[in-house]
Amino acid sequence: MTATTHDSNLLTATDLRVSFGSGDAAREVVRGISFGVRPGECLAIVGQSGSGKSVTARTLLGLAGDGAQVSGGLNFDGQDLTSLRERQWRAIRGVRIGFILQDALVSLDSVRPVGREIAEPLRLHRYGPRSARWRRVIELLDQVGVPEPEMRARQLPGELSGGLRQRALIATAIALDPQLLIADEPTTALDVTIQAQILGLLAQSKQRGRALIVISHDLAVVARLADRVAVMRDGLIVEQGPTQDVLGRPQHAYTRALLDAIPSSHSRGTRLSPADAPALRVAPVRKATVQEAAAPAPLLTADGLVKRYKGPDGKVRTVVDDVSFQLGPGETLGVVGESGSGKTTTGRIVLAVTKPDRGEVRLHGRPWTGISEAQRRPRRRYIGVVYQDPLSSFDPRWTVQRILSDALPAEAGGAAARTARIRELLHQVGLGDDLLDRRPLLLSGGQRQRVAIARALAPEPEIIVCDEPVSALDVSIQAQVLDLFADLQDQLGLSYIFISHDLGVIHHMSDRVLVMTGGRIVEQGDAEQVFGNPQHPYTERLLAALPKVDALSPAGLAGRPHPTTPRREPALERSA
Amino acid sequence: MTTPDLVSPAQADDLAPALGAGARRRHRFGRVLQDVVGGVIVLWGAATLTFLAVHLMPGNPAVAYAGGVGSHPSKALLAAVSKKYGLDHPVIVQYFIYLGNLLHGDLGYSASQQMPVASVIKLNVAPTAELTLGSLLLAWLLAVVWSLLTVRRGRIISSIGSGLEILTAAVPQYWLGIILLEVFAFHLGIFPATGGTGLVGLVLPSLTLAIPIAGFLGQVTREEFESALEQPYITSARARGMGDWGVRLRHALRHAVLPGVTLSGWALGSLISGAVIVESLFSRNGLGNVLLQGVTQQDMPLTIGVVLIVAVVYVVATIAVDILYQLVDPRLRSAGQ
Repeated sequence: MTATTHDSNLLTATDLRVSFGSGDAAREVVRGISFGVRPGECLAIVGQSGSGKSVTARTLLGLAGDGAQVSGGLNFDGQDLTSLRERQWRAIRGVRIGFILQDALVSLDSVRPVGREIAEPLRLHRYGPRSARWRRVIELLDQVGVPEPEMRARQLPGELSGGLRQRALIATAIALDPQLLIADEPTTALDVTIQAQILGLLAQSKQRGRALIVISHDLAVVARLADRVAVMRDGLIVEQGPTQDVLGRPQHAYTRALLDAIPSSHSRGTRLSPADAPALRVAPVRKATVQEAAAPAPLLTADGLVKRYKGPDGKVRTVVDDVSFQLGPGETLGVVGESGSGKTTTGRIVLAVTKPDRGEVRLHGRPWTGISEAQRRPRRRYIGVVYQDPLSSFDPRWTVQRILSDALPAEAGGAAARTARIRELLHQVGLGDDLLDRRPLLLSGGQRQRVAIARALAPEPEIIVCDEPVSALDVSIQAQVLDLFADLQDQLGLSYIFISHDLGVIHHMSDRVLVMTGGRIVEQGDAEQVFGNPQHPYTERLLAALPKVDALSPAGLAGRPHPTTPRREPALERSA
Repeated sequence: MTTPDLVSPAQADDLAPALGAGARRRHRFGRVLQDVVGGVIVLWGAATLTFLAVHLMPGNPAVAYAGGVGSHPSKALLAAVSKKYGLDHPVIVQYFIYLGNLLHGDLGYSASQQMPVASVIKLNVAPTAELTLGSLLLAWLLAVVWSLLTVRRGRIISSIGSGLEILTAAVPQYWLGIILLEVFAFHLGIFPATGGTGLVGLVLPSLTLAIPIAGFLGQVTREEFESALEQPYITSARARGMGDWGVRLRHALRHAVLPGVTLSGWALGSLISGAVIVESLFSRNGLGNVLLQGVTQQDMPLTIGVVLIVAVVYVVATIAVDILYQLVDPRLRSAGQ
């Protein structure tokens, strides 16, 4: 818990405070934090959204925002940053401190070629003539591992894949090789293998002797990269120290809660969120594997699904290629893969909103995809869906009551019966009646996803297709929502098709797993087998790229429950 | 219960990079071709509607073609008109004769101007084009400069900025023209009140037309500008050391003008109708004045001619806006919706 005040620090913050507004309306978002980072060192600032970590990052660049009041000490390389004028700040930004924002799709200007964005800091800080700047742009793209840099430099951010885009964004920040690099959620929303590559890039910059501050909500992501970790909550640093100490022997309850919230192999069959979090009833811990009595008849079977799309260039792409699987009652089938692997399209075929070109899905042993919508309509209620972003699937003008009422079947009875059922649904997902009149925009991310789940439950489905249902949520909210899914399954006997790019989430939730890449299933089987003893090189690669908290601490993480599963996982050992 | 999106963004995203340069060019060409075909259909529709209007009106269409009842056309003239338009033939034949004439650029003879309609339009098209295009440019200039100066400059300046936009968008052009004349021509004597060729003569009429349009364009530009300045790519640019003016000019402005570009086609149309008022107020030659005369003197061929020309301008403006939009927004060039 020591605030570093070493002279060797490149950057030192002392009792840093940031508040917005004035007078009675003033809100202190950062409430007196102290930290430091040395050259060649990586400091990770970890916390949930709203903890003040992003504001802290921006404050280090003098970009806290209009109307922000900053106080306390901020020393960078012997210079007092708090007294800088805008002009002086501009001489530091991009030159001596580089900043990488989350999500390159919106952090790069969508109407300018990436090469021009990378050339921007060079132009602003007078780096040679135009031709020299362009050479440097190509060099930088090459350095961050973008293939065909000459061509990529002329493309727009929207034309690059997520990983290339994030690399280009990093190139803009390291263009002038700043002494300090600040990365705000640099890998959120990236696939696991891309995530590993980006973390590798940041590690390179650390090896070159540059200081690094990484902001993240995910402890696992920073575990491998950070030398020191500061855990932030409500504008305060609750715990700070060497990574091994903080993650291996967490002192503060909040750090422990963050660690426990990470879904992974060890967490299977356990609750992720603390017991006092909204829950259905007291944790009925799930069995690790569902292989009771002789396998019951499958609820849903998919046989030889093929889906092709014609691209705008006229080329035909096979998005789903010969996909077959079964789903039993009360079972969770995890579908894991990177973006473009065909997992979402597979989900859409199961929902019968996308028609397969070949193959069919059968529900209750009867045809499901091969029949007319009129025939399917009465049976639609058996399959529900929960998306990643519930907000876009809600009408923003509707109240929660109306959203849920709309999802109730017509035969749900009169007004009184419907209202009672709506209340019951809300309670099932751990929400109170007070939300009935709320509109979606006024709900938090976790509440929205709960309402989306309640909506999926309304017609009493047997199967719910969950497409990245927790990807947009903070890790602790994610934990609560995952627990809710498990509770509902226990109580209602639901079957899930759980689609995610997050291996930890899939491992935590699934009984059986499909691993997809390029539209094909490369591996399928019991979750323990697939994750414990992967057969396909692609699965191994995915697992190796997975950031893991305990990858760095040989002692493992004290106090974390892992009651049911063996800890040894060969593929993961390799990644350490 | 389920509200599926038709194409998942992830898919669209994956497909975009795969587009080859050849496909892009084909796509761009296809889009302009679409516009041209659509434009031809609009013009045909406009020609057909005007034809129907003349023939559905009570009375002898020959009289309308010859300059209306008020001009008391002679028997000989009526006979000549009947022959020219084939008025003794069935209506459908007349229709094709009419379309054939249009295709040859023959818009008929204007009784009130005593010359072919095509010649009247040729004589008047240049001053109106000067006036409307000049006004549109001026409107854009005002809207962009005003936004750059007042968007997100603290509560007071921003409120003044948007308040003035609403006010100017609501000002009637006729009244505005009179005020401008009163102040700058009669009182201060800086600009000529009437006629006046060249740039000096264009200032007051252009301002009269441009100010309300600038108000409209300014409002949509402001809204887009404000949201652009909130975007993460602006923070990114600031973090590279770019100043406030830099991010406004190099990043936000391009995003901010996009909706205004779409509105420009509509604005050009509204400028042409505005030209009717302004040209008579400032005693300028032009299509607006011609249209006014055509209507007041019931000169049917002249009115039809001007209406068709305005339709042509609308079509051309729509195509121009589409092309311009692709220039401003490179995403359309590459990804091709």
